Amino acid sequence: MSGGHAHGGHLPRDSPVHRLPPECKLLAAVAFLLVVVSTPRGWWPAYAGYAVLLAAVAGLARVPVGTVLRRTVVEVPFVLFAVAIPFVARGPRIEVLGLSVSRPGLESAGTILAKATLGVLTSILLVATTEQRALLAGLERLRLPPRLVQIAAFMLRYAEVIAAELRRMRIARESRCFRARSVRAWRPLAHAAGALFVRCYERGERVHLAMLSRGYTGTMPAGPGAAAAPRSWAAVAVLPAAAGLVLAAVGTVLR
Amino acid sequence: MHVPDGFIDGPVSLGAGVVAAAAIGVALRGSRRELGDEKVAPLAGLVAAFVFAVQMLNFPVAAGTSGHLLGGVLAAVLVGPWTGVLCVAVVLLVQLFFADGGLTAYGVNVTCMAVATALVGWLVFRLALVVLPRRPGSVVPAAFLAALVSVPAAALAFTGIYALGGTADIPLGTLAAAMVGVHVLIGIGEAVITALVVSSVLAVRPDLVHGARGLVAARREAALRSAVTA
Repeated sequence: MSGGHAHGGHLPRDSPVHRLPPECKLLAAVAFLLVVVSTPRGWWPAYAGYAVLLAAVAGLARVPVGTVLRRTVVEVPFVLFAVAIPFVARGPRIEVLGLSVSRPGLESAGTILAKATLGVLTSILLVATTEQRALLAGLERLRLPPRLVQIAAFMLRYAEVIAAELRRMRIARESRCFRARSVRAWRPLAHAAGALFVRCYERGERVHLAMLSRGYTGTMPAGPGAAAAPRSWAAVAVLPAAAGLVLAAVGTVLR
Repeated sequence: MHVPDGFIDGPVSLGAGVVAAAAIGVALRGSRRELGDEKVAPLAGLVAAFVFAVQMLNFPVAAGTSGHLLGGVLAAVLVGPWTGVLCVAVVLLVQLFFADGGLTAYGVNVTCMAVATALVGWLVFRLALVVLPRRPGSVVPAAFLAALVSVPAAALAFTGIYALGGTADIPLGTLAAAMVGVHVLIGIGEAVITALVVSSVLAVRPDLVHGARGLVAARREAALRSAVTA
């Protein structure tokens, strides 16, 4: 999994995509990905079409292609897993580079990789064009439980603080000549994790008291804010609709 | 590792989303009981930040490789099972903002990594406490067993979801064996680290270990009784 990127992936710009309300972008991304996920196995032209759509969104949002591609490294552990599929899947075997692999397995692995990559690209674009706080407000406007959104907001607000706490503890350890080399380092590292928990919990109690002293009663005073305009919904509907058209077009050609 | 988009088909992804939504709803209510109503947001938020941060702490294994804690059982033992489910679900939600895990696979990820891990782990934890002697120290071996079982349990939950909506034709026996095999190894690491962290918190702030609540109180009462009779 990915560590050490608590800053998020937002790229501040002034583009039509950046200006769209977050809840519209969230729903559009999910709808687009549901079309992607429902595309049958091995419809390669459709996947290419979806990639073109995402490239168009990236162009419209003025997000550099290099940045997007560099961020797809989060997918790497999964690629290793997908590569194993052709070797263990059922079905007729074929020879590829002198190795015996399952033909449908190879097709599935390719399909899964293509869809997973499209998913990662969509998420990267969503995050690059939307601030994290705006995403949370969007989730609240999409009727997620306000309490859940509050927890996520607190987590995001303090993630950097806690990560910095962890960093200071590491510097303290290392300045006492500690090097984490083998399993024997687990006990001191676990003590650090335990100390971190106590500090986090106590910080939570202090934050709670500070909130009470400012009149907190269990709900945030700000509320979810105004609903998005119908025009915005129409604008974001273009992406899933275009994906649906690609799916239908490829379907009629392949059948 | 997070399940990406396209690995589980659409209907089963949506079904897992419904399961996850129901579980989060129940966890929100349960967490209110565990932490106290208006304390939930700041405390669960900070514990979620802890889980998020502790996953960045690398534990060296061998030959330059290292692993990190998943933290589901650790959170359940330290702050209670429902808050544990909630914290891991929130961590998974925020990780979506880092493109970690598929948007459409969020339900699958919550079902496997938050619900299966924390709830199976908590069940094992409570069962172990029934068998072990009634003193605060028993929390440590119980947490060990819970973490040990929880990781293969998540792998099995994933295999079950895959059996319903997997998109590659892999023999289920092979998948289950490979998943459980790998995750038993991961589970051993998770168990050792979870037990070490729980024991270190128990040493300094036993009152903060939710799983030891009754036991710490019982010990205090016993000490008080013996002091009064002496």
